Amino acid sequence: MKNIWIICRKELRSYFVSPVAYILLVMFAVIFGFFFWNSLGYFVNMAMEATLEGEQFPMNINEQVMRPLLANVNVIGLFFIPLITMRLFAEEKRSGTIELLTTSPITDVEVIIGKWLAAVIMYSLMLLTTVLDVLFLFRYGNPDWKPLAIGYLGLLLQAGGLIAIGTFISTLTKNQIIAGAVTFGVCLLLWVLGWVSQYENATWAQVLSYMCVITHFDSFAKGVLDSKDAIFDVTVIFLGLFFTARSMESMRWRS
Amino acid sequence: MITVNGLTKRYAHTIAVDQISFEVKQGQIVGFLGPNGAGKTTTMRMLTCFLTPTGGTATVAGFDILEQPLEVKKRIGYLPETPPIYPEMRIAEYLAFVGQLKGLSGSDLRTRVDYACERCAVADVRNKIIGKLSKGYRQRVGLAQAIIHNPDVLILDEPTAGLDPKQINETRDLIKSLAGDHTIILSTHILPEVSQTCEQVIIISKGKIVATDSVSNLQQRARSGESVLVEVAGRNGTLDSAIVQRKLQQIAGVSRVIPKADGQKRVIFEVEANRAVRGDVARAVVESGWDLNELRPAALSLEEIFLQLTGSEAPAEMEAVAAGGTNS
Repeated sequence: MKNIWIICRKELRSYFVSPVAYILLVMFAVIFGFFFWNSLGYFVNMAMEATLEGEQFPMNINEQVMRPLLANVNVIGLFFIPLITMRLFAEEKRSGTIELLTTSPITDVEVIIGKWLAAVIMYSLMLLTTVLDVLFLFRYGNPDWKPLAIGYLGLLLQAGGLIAIGTFISTLTKNQIIAGAVTFGVCLLLWVLGWVSQYENATWAQVLSYMCVITHFDSFAKGVLDSKDAIFDVTVIFLGLFFTARSMESMRWRS
Repeated sequence: MITVNGLTKRYAHTIAVDQISFEVKQGQIVGFLGPNGAGKTTTMRMLTCFLTPTGGTATVAGFDILEQPLEVKKRIGYLPETPPIYPEMRIAEYLAFVGQLKGLSGSDLRTRVDYACERCAVADVRNKIIGKLSKGYRQRVGLAQAIIHNPDVLILDEPTAGLDPKQINETRDLIKSLAGDHTIILSTHILPEVSQTCEQVIIISKGKIVATDSVSNLQQRARSGESVLVEVAGRNGTLDSAIVQRKLQQIAGVSRVIPKADGQKRVIFEVEANRAVRGDVARAVVESGWDLNELRPAALSLEEIFLQLTGSEAPAEMEAVAAGGTNS
C-alpha cells in the first residue's frame, strides 16, 4: 500500500512539474465551459419560448442540461485519456528508469496500480474543473445532486477502464507518440463499436455493441446506477491492469 | 556473497549467456570484462532480477533470485548502463524517492540521503535539477542511488562509460572507496579499469566465461618465460638493425626478436625468451660495441591477455575503446 502511494506521488509530481498537467486542465476546462455555455443557452432559450407560448411542459436541468453535457464530457475524455496515459511506461522504458523500478523491492502490481491511480487522480482533477460550472446551476437553479453525482461516478469508472487500457498500451512501446496514438485509436473504436447495432441485430453485433463504452454510460448519464454497467467498467479496469501486469512480466523475458 | 550456478539466458535465436558459474566473496571487487555483446549486461540484469534466466540460478546474500526476488532486491544496489534518473527531479528529491522505493522512511531516509550525497560528492548540488547536470554528475547521482539503502552488493554496469578521463579517475576512486562496505561487481570493456580497480577478474566472451582469476595471476599466467624490451644505439653514427637483430637472436634461450622501432641511430626490439635473458642481452649489446639505452621487462599487458583469451573480434573493440570508450 505504501509502495503504491510512493509511485503514485512520483507520477503526479511528474505531471505537475511539466506543463502537461496545466495544459490538460486548462484545455479541459475551456472545452467543458464551451459545452456548458451552449447547452445552458439552449435550455434558457427553450424555457423562454415555452413561457412565451404559454405552455407549461416540464423543464428539468438534470435531464436537459447535465445529461447531454455529461455525455459530451465522456467523449472529450476519450481524446484526453491517451494524453494522460501515453507516458506512464513508455517514458520509463525509453529513459531506462524502468530498470530502477523493476530492480527495487516492490512488486510489479504495486508499480502498475500506483501509476494507474495517478492517471485516475489526474483525470479526476480535470473533472473537478467542471464542478465550477456546475456550481452555477446550483446558484441559479435547482438541480438534483444525486443523479449528478452518479453521472460523475460513471465518468470516473469509465475513464478508469480506458486509463487501464492506455496503461497497458504504454507498456508495449518506448515511444510515447505510438502509445498515445494507439490508445486514442482503441478509445475511438470502443466508442463507435455500438454503431453496428443500428442496422444489425445478429449476436456478433450485440457483442460488439456491448463492448462499446458509451452504451454503458447512458444509464449513468440518466442518473441511474445500474450494476450491469458498473460491473462492465470494473471489468475493463481489471482486464486492462491484468494485461499490464502480463506485459511487464514479459519484459523480464525479452528485453 | 554471490553464487552463480549455470546461469543461462536464451533468446529466440541467440544465447546471450551460456551456463556461466562463478562465485564472489564478501567485500571483493570483481571486474566483469568482455567485449560489447559478450553477455555482461544480461548477466547483471539477471542478478538484479530485472531479467528472468532461462536456465540455472544464482543466490545473492543467501537468497535465490528466482525464489525470493524481493529479498535479493533489498540487498542489491544497481547502476545500469545509463543512470536511471528522472531529469525533472532534484537530486535530493530523487534520492529520497529511490530510498523510499528501497523501503527507507523517516529520519533513516534523511540520513541516508545526506550520506549518499556526501559520499558521491553531489552534496553541493543536491538541490539542482538532474536534467541540467553534466554526465559526470549524473553518473555520481546514479552511484548515490545505488548505495542509498546500504546494500550488501553493488552491481555497476560500465560505471565509467562516457566520462572524461578526470571523471573516470574520480569514479574509480569512489568505487574503490566503497569496496570496504560492499561487495562490488562492475562490468567494463576498458582493460586498465580492471587492473586499477578490481582484485578479481572474470573474462567473458560470447556468453561464456573464458577466465576467472586475480588480476596478478592472470598477468603471470599469460607471461610464459620472459619478455624484455631493449633499446640499442650505435656508438658513433649509424647502426644496422638487421645486425643487431641477428646478434640478439643468437643469445641462448631467445625464441623471438620482434622489431618495435627502427631509426638511423637507435633500434628497439622486444626479445621473447623461455628463460631469464636480461643479463645476456646486456652483455651481447655492450660487447658488440653498441650503447644499451634501455632494458626492461615487457610485462604482458591485460590488453594482450584479453586478446589472447577472447579471440579475434577483440581488436576492433580495442580501437573503439581507444577512440573514446563509447559503449553500445
